[in-house]
Amino acid sequence: MNHKLNLSCSTAALAELRGFLQQNLAFYRLSEGDKHQVTLAVEEVCANLIIHSHDCNPKEEIHLEVKALDKKIIVEITDKGDAFNLLEYEVPDLSQVIGEKRKGGIGILLVKKIMDEIEFESKNGKNICRLIKNYPSTGNP
Amino acid sequence: MLRIEKTKEETTDILHLIGEVDASNSVLLDQSIQEVVQQGTSFLLIDGKELGYISSAGLGVFMSYLDDFSERGIRFAIFGLNDQVGEVFKILGLDRLISIVPDKSTAIASQHES
Repeated sequence: MNHKLNLSCSTAALAELRGFLQQNLAFYRLSEGDKHQVTLAVEEVCANLIIHSHDCNPKEEIHLEVKALDKKIIVEITDKGDAFNLLEYEVPDLSQVIGEKRKGGIGILLVKKIMDEIEFESKNGKNICRLIKNYPSTGNP
Repeated sequence: MLRIEKTKEETTDILHLIGEVDASNSVLLDQSIQEVVQQGTSFLLIDGKELGYISSAGLGVFMSYLDDFSERGIRFAIFGLNDQVGEVFKILGLDRLISIVPDKSTAIASQHES
């Protein structure tokens, strides 16, 4: 099983990303709902990088790796270029989004609501974002 | 892949979303809603029975029209979402801003209420 993916920085590649995540999350003890949400959160981060950090340049790539550790699933998203630290990004509230008729800004809000932990580091031009989801505790669905 | 089929039943315009809405194709959803709004409608229904996935790009399109709908007196509802897609609306609290109902008959019945 290939737990790694090099994703071209084009929004057309997002479907490929979902396929990769579906395959890789299939074996973990997450509910279908959690798998769907983790897929969404990872896609939101990648779409953000593709559009805002890489200007949809398909020659540039984002590297993804899915790892399981203890009772956690970690999706590591690595890219080069301008860092986007979503931990520092102030998420808008919904009324703001509606009032300004902006068609963005809620992706990172979704990521923060879905994931249990988010880590970000940037050094030597390389940015690593780790999205972490805990397994549900035993006995609970 | 996303396909959008547009139908009309009496005064209700229905957009049937088939496939997945993401940042690569949310513009199609935007265009379809724009067309319906410009042609004039009193009730716009989204048929989500065959919507397998929606990311913030698609949710953002719906949100960007909410003010427009209320200013123009257009009633708006979404029906038929599967559990997982419905949950995504709930995570953001959109279920409190948008009428999300189980099926088409409920949506049409609710139109005549209030």
